Amino acid sequence: MIAKQDIIFNDIHGHLGSSLKFSEKRGDWDNTKNLISKGSDWIIEQVKASELRGRGGAGFPTGLKWSFMPKNKTKPHYIVVNADESEPGTCKDREIMRNEPHKLIEGILLAGVAMKANHGFIYIRGEFVDEAKILNKAINEAYDKGYIGKNACKSGFDFELTLHRGAGAYICGEETALLESLEGKKGQPRLKPPFPANAGLYGCPTTVSNVETVAVVPTILRRGAEWFSGIGNKNNTGTKLFCLSGHINKPCVVEEEMGIPLKELLEKYGGGVKGGWANLMAVIPGGSSTPLIPSKVCNNVLMDFDSLKNEGTGLGTAGVIVMDKSTDIIKAIWRLSKFYKHESCGQCTPCREGTGWVMRSMEKLIYGHAENHDIDILKNVCDQIEGHTICALGDAAAWPVQGLIKHFRYVLEDRIKDYKNNVLKVAE
Amino acid sequence: MIKLLVDGQEVEVEEGSTLMQACEKNGAEIPRFCFHDRLSIAGNCRMCLVELEGSPKPVASCAMPASEGMKIITKSSSVKKAREGVMEFLLINHPLDCPICDQGGECDLQDQALYYGRGMSRFEEDKRAVDNKPFGPLIKTTMTRCIHCTRCVRFMDEVAGVHELGAVGRGEDMEIFSSSPSGLGGELNGNIIDLCPVGALTSAPYAFKARPWELDKVNSIDVLDGLGSAIQIGSKDGEVLRVLPRLNEDINEEWISDKTRFAIDGLKNQRLDVPYIRNSSGNLQKCSWEQAFQLMANRVSKINSSEIAGLAGNQMCLESMVSLLDLMKSLNVDNLDCRPRNSNMPISHNNKASWLFNPTIRGIEESDLILMIGTEPRYEAAMLDARIRKVWLKNKIFIARIGGGAKSTYPINEIGNDPSIIDSIYRGDHSFNKKLIKSSKPLFIIGQNIFTRSDSIGILGRIREIAKKHNAFNDKWNGVGILQNTANIVAGLEIGFVPKLKTSLNTNKILNNFENGKIKFLWSLGRDDLDINNKNADSFLVYQGHHGDKGAELADVILPGSAYTEKNATYINTEGRVQNAYAAVSPPGSAKEDWKIIRAFSSYIDKTLPYNNLEELRNRISEINNGLTTENFLIKAENNDIGDPKTSLLKEEITNEKLNFFMSCNISRASETMAKCIITQQGK
Repeated sequence: MIAKQDIIFNDIHGHLGSSLKFSEKRGDWDNTKNLISKGSDWIIEQVKASELRGRGGAGFPTGLKWSFMPKNKTKPHYIVVNADESEPGTCKDREIMRNEPHKLIEGILLAGVAMKANHGFIYIRGEFVDEAKILNKAINEAYDKGYIGKNACKSGFDFELTLHRGAGAYICGEETALLESLEGKKGQPRLKPPFPANAGLYGCPTTVSNVETVAVVPTILRRGAEWFSGIGNKNNTGTKLFCLSGHINKPCVVEEEMGIPLKELLEKYGGGVKGGWANLMAVIPGGSSTPLIPSKVCNNVLMDFDSLKNEGTGLGTAGVIVMDKSTDIIKAIWRLSKFYKHESCGQCTPCREGTGWVMRSMEKLIYGHAENHDIDILKNVCDQIEGHTICALGDAAAWPVQGLIKHFRYVLEDRIKDYKNNVLKVAE
Repeated sequence: MIKLLVDGQEVEVEEGSTLMQACEKNGAEIPRFCFHDRLSIAGNCRMCLVELEGSPKPVASCAMPASEGMKIITKSSSVKKAREGVMEFLLINHPLDCPICDQGGECDLQDQALYYGRGMSRFEEDKRAVDNKPFGPLIKTTMTRCIHCTRCVRFMDEVAGVHELGAVGRGEDMEIFSSSPSGLGGELNGNIIDLCPVGALTSAPYAFKARPWELDKVNSIDVLDGLGSAIQIGSKDGEVLRVLPRLNEDINEEWISDKTRFAIDGLKNQRLDVPYIRNSSGNLQKCSWEQAFQLMANRVSKINSSEIAGLAGNQMCLESMVSLLDLMKSLNVDNLDCRPRNSNMPISHNNKASWLFNPTIRGIEESDLILMIGTEPRYEAAMLDARIRKVWLKNKIFIARIGGGAKSTYPINEIGNDPSIIDSIYRGDHSFNKKLIKSSKPLFIIGQNIFTRSDSIGILGRIREIAKKHNAFNDKWNGVGILQNTANIVAGLEIGFVPKLKTSLNTNKILNNFENGKIKFLWSLGRDDLDINNKNADSFLVYQGHHGDKGAELADVILPGSAYTEKNATYINTEGRVQNAYAAVSPPGSAKEDWKIIRAFSSYIDKTLPYNNLEELRNRISEINNGLTTENFLIKAENNDIGDPKTSLLKEEITNEKLNFFMSCNISRASETMAKCIITQQGK
């Protein structure tokens, strides 16, 4: 349970106002010059010590990632902020950009200092029209005030910030596809290596970070790494924005400490599962690509990277999708398969061909128009996609289906039996 | 060098190698579709997955750089499983139409499905269907078969430099798409047929003609331009059905131009397959060899040697030129030439450098600055143009041109058409000199049209001096290249098929004298570029060749010879490389190999040439230059002092030849496919 003074995003619900005036009142841009003057190494050390893990889904230690940038600058460095938040069930970055844009902008500046990048880019999802407008206004405010631009915050550090609107492809949230798209090319993931820290945007060293990751950095630096690492559990520190949606009484975005029990999160902030906790069927804990967990796991699981990993799923983006017993779980997962089939970029074989196959097999299973061994084939097809693709979209398409088969195979089999007994018999 | 373990065995590879190279060095076969040596790495087919110790997922070996101490496994069951999975995905939407697919028998997907495919399909849904795309008259598309390896896109982007292909749509709806509805541009399209690992792109003129295993294959060379690209001729039932490129790093790497590949249907049209003589009413009529020779012998016997002349050229082989040279010598004829009309190309062997492409085609890759003068390599030598693009792409070198011409696939800085620019560079006060000073290996490419100017010696001389001043003329680098655009003119010059004496006539004078009756007997060996306007009644024209083209129109006697696919013959390309063509089919009708015709006529007039077979003829050729009978021998200029800078330049603008790429010789002019290409080009 988070203490009130530990909350980073004080105005995540937008009651106070997003303009510079109100943001400064909440502590943004407070003596940023001082933070900049402590230098690149200090910032990276602090971020490392805070044990901050990337909030975009993979949970890679942020300080470590930032330290991958070359120490000797021979080419321009870039910091790119991934604001292409497209994962179904996730809406935390949107709230930050709507209501706390200055936290993000200040974070980008400090990340730029840390990585010796004099130019930052925000790649914002095309559908975020209002958010882009707000962010644009905030960037202009920061420029006008001299917080960014030439001699940012009077620190002697030059920093330019560009807002770029995407065109709405899910794959452009993958960091290398994002860079391709930012360069004006077709958004398709690149082969790694080389990693962006060596050859990223326009072939120059680049770090791509999630909005939330960057936006919490100023507060970490002000309040100290120990404060941040003191919240939550070991290796899963700090506070986190959770997006609660689905069959709960009060869907919301809320900041809580890492490692809060799922049940507490849902009951306290989500107003409980519709029809009571006993009515819970399953939860997708981290955005659509993470495998679902059935209700019995939900009872005790903690919401952090490692606990969820142990349950065979992941924290992902912390987009918690709750499904009660009225859900047609097969159809729900089919809808996700349809999403991934639609969003596959088509570059590499397993994902291009496999996502369509998975979706069509799932379609049949909704009606039970299949045989039991078709479930095994489906499982096998998912295994053939997983881990064989250029980027993680293939994995993301496979995991929900694998999760369904793992936990709800009996539902699939029942459906097949029903179809045989009812539909086919009646037809005879 | 990097050491790593492949399947437990230590392998040493160079730094920058990929895992695939390391695995292949160890003898492991890695299946692939998208990877190609000469294209950028796409890594998208996922067929080349291998296991890498320490990596949780299998890695694409084509894209992963090798590093010290890596442990790779290529033969484990998990690798096999991964590849089988990829293969299954490739096949689920690939139509099962192998029996009606032209790729059958040489299809990568077919071959690899044998090792990695399942016996039965588990896919029960409908297969995807994709609309075919308009890729022009050369390429037939069946896009449903496409496996999205993007080799064609990468080839067009990188090697051909024609940015007209791309992939639109995403996921399973992704399609290879051409932005040009009238067909692809450029001169190298045909290569995407070879690159396509499946039957999505096949040759349109060759559609349903033959299966690969039915073809008789002969490795030969191409003679439709001055480069002599390496080709493989495939024939069936005595008919040449297709031409494929063969690897030759020195000339064409592994590509060929569309003309080389597709002009072969011209070998079936307009052929001269029997001898003809002109009858009393002025029409050509079929006759026997005996009758033709009789008429010729009759003519020759009545005139003296100064009234006889011989012209050879274009695609005529070395053997026939030597035979005609020897025959003419036995008749004391000196009026011989192999150069185009109006050409005053130097002929002395001291001046070899002024008719050879001295830097060699491969040498283009070393140059760091190019100046073209009066040439359009794109149309005159498409594969050489591709080399220039290659070096431009790699090093972004500066390329300038005097004399203008068509755009190419690299930026050309047109610095004007005025000959005074050459003077200005020679003096050192042109803006181009700033580039020249920085260059360590400049390259000068001089086109054929320069030699139609009376000041060509002056231009050559100035270029020589400019080159000397800027590192382009030394032991290691001769940066002045003369670009020939016909197949064998270098051979003619090398054996001395030229007016050697002061009194002997050159092409221009021979033709003028032929028109006014002073030359009474002209033997034209395959010359179709003569444009004889009014023939004197006393003059007698013998045309020996394989096509009824311009050259045969006015002939009094036509001797049917054989084309490059029908004889074992020698050709010397623009850089002076001696190469052999081999017969894939026999000549049509009663046509004969060209040197045999000349040999037969020589014995008819009792001047029998001293060789009875090709071997003896080649022994005779080796007397001229031992290298001429050695495959791949490179003729080198010993003396680089070409031209004379003291000759002043004309005011007349420098131009290029304005060659029609698709119809530059009698074979391509007879080709329907080439005619279609021209229509496509006009539509663009």
